[in-house]
Amino acid sequence: MLANFGKYLLFIQSLLARGEAPKIIFNRTIDEAILIGINSILIVAIVSTFIGAVTCVQISYNLTNALIPRSTIGFMVREMTLLELAPTITSIVLAGKVGSNIAGGLGTMKITEQVDALEVMGINSASYLVLPKIMAAVMVFPMLVILAMFLSIGGGFVAGALSGEITPQEYISGIRGDFVPYNILFALIKSVVFAFLISSISSYQGYKTDGGALEVGEASTKAVTNSVIAVLVADFVLAQLLL
Amino acid sequence: MIEIHNIHKSFGGKKVLDGVSGVFETGKTNLLLGASGTGKSVLLKCIVGLIKPDIGSVTFDGTYYTNNKLDIRQEIRRKIGMLFQGSALFDSMNVEENVEFPLKMLTNMSKSERMDRVNFCLSRVGLENANHKMPSEISGGMKKRVGIARAIAPNCTYLFCDEPNSGLDPQTAITIDELIKEITEEYNITTIIVTHDMNSVIEIGDKIMFLYKGKKLWEGNNVEIMDTDIKELNDFIFANRLMRDAKKVEDERAEEEDRVEEERKGETR
Ligand SMILES: Nc1ncnc2c1ncn2[C@@H]1O[C@H](COP(=O)(O)OP(=O)(O)O)[C@@H](O)[C@H]1O
Ligand SMILES: [Mg+2]
Repeated sequence: MLANFGKYLLFIQSLLARGEAPKIIFNRTIDEAILIGINSILIVAIVSTFIGAVTCVQISYNLTNALIPRSTIGFMVREMTLLELAPTITSIVLAGKVGSNIAGGLGTMKITEQVDALEVMGINSASYLVLPKIMAAVMVFPMLVILAMFLSIGGGFVAGALSGEITPQEYISGIRGDFVPYNILFALIKSVVFAFLISSISSYQGYKTDGGALEVGEASTKAVTNSVIAVLVADFVLAQLLL
Repeated sequence: MIEIHNIHKSFGGKKVLDGVSGVFETGKTNLLLGASGTGKSVLLKCIVGLIKPDIGSVTFDGTYYTNNKLDIRQEIRRKIGMLFQGSALFDSMNVEENVEFPLKMLTNMSKSERMDRVNFCLSRVGLENANHKMPSEISGGMKKRVGIARAIAPNCTYLFCDEPNSGLDPQTAITIDELIKEITEEYNITTIIVTHDMNSVIEIGDKIMFLYKGKKLWEGNNVEIMDTDIKELNDFIFANRLMRDAKKVEDERAEEEDRVEEERKGETR
């Protein structure tokens, strides 16, 4: 475990040594970012809309006290979405989607000697392949999280209106009340940290694959489980540090 | 010319290479021959620098490589082309982009110069009209051709091939072997080919190094190899019935010649 962590740190360090030309890395980053964005947007949209809807319905189910105004439901959906659901749930979904994709792709390149082919050409394969993936994730995750915020709050709005638990006016006044801009910044910081963890851990798992197709599958699984754990631990640490 | 000196390599206490030395000549197809698992691929990777040997050194045309400064190693690497066992084409790129890739990364050529070179290399390996196919859409033999084109695209001085004809039908295997030999002679480069295929030995064995359990047991050419007293080598060569039969026919012919010669001598006496 500890040895693995050490190797992970060395891997991160190797990305920065002897890098390729910035222009090449930049172009690769843009390509990767488009890929991550397009491949993930639908799943993020679906998950966040439903999470918002479910949150709204469940809060209104629990909030039976007549003294508490109904607009509180909107307020709580907003707070939960901004602080926790949008950044963390989105990242966990992306750990599954992007993490397994990165590990599987790199693992396959490793066992089919495509990584060796790069090395023979004198290219630092780690930096050429992995650095753009990490930078792309760090760029794209916050965008996806912002999208998730809107859709989740929108999902709550629709669910509340359809179920008749809360009127659109109450919901809107709820989501506009007591707004703390720092929470958005906090969510974006979280998404950047999660993006780095997921993409680097998955790259590490993919990059150290050795053997055959079976090992590639294992690497994907490990990438996802380790990323999810790392995200949750980091979530806790960041909440302690920054809130 | 590539020289290797006393290469040792172990993996976790398991000795894979046990002091291999030798010289690989320019303009010739140098074969590394041996059974599966004897360390041929490991030796090849030690030479190109994908694996660091525990002990030993590699010299490219007199320039020390193994533990030299990074920029000198990079300089040499840029002159190395390599064809991998599974071709190792980049599967996110089409044929043309695969061959263009080293030019893009290693040279300052303009786009049109690169495309000229790509088309030249592809036609050199006999692959016209496949530019926009993806690696998953082409046959094993075509992949090897693309692999060779990618290896020679940046004008390599050293060409390494790991089992270039494994997994191919015998006819395609021979055309790939011949292609490598032609290219080696045409551009006067130093080529090292890992193989366990007797067809390659006979067809293109200019210089052969026989590896057995991590040691070099024998070296010579494809004529000398038929006539040695090294048991391990003979077991390897004549494992195949066709080779045994060919050897028998050859021996009988030689005996017959000797007999005729004797008789002739007897008559003249
Ligand atoms: N990276 C590695 N780690 C551990 N063992 C290895 C590694 N590469 C090769 N080996 C071992 O070295 C031996 C020789 O392998 P190799 O050179 O691939 O044989 P071949 O002559 O068939 O090409 C094998 O027993 C293999 O298990
Ligand atoms: Mg091999």
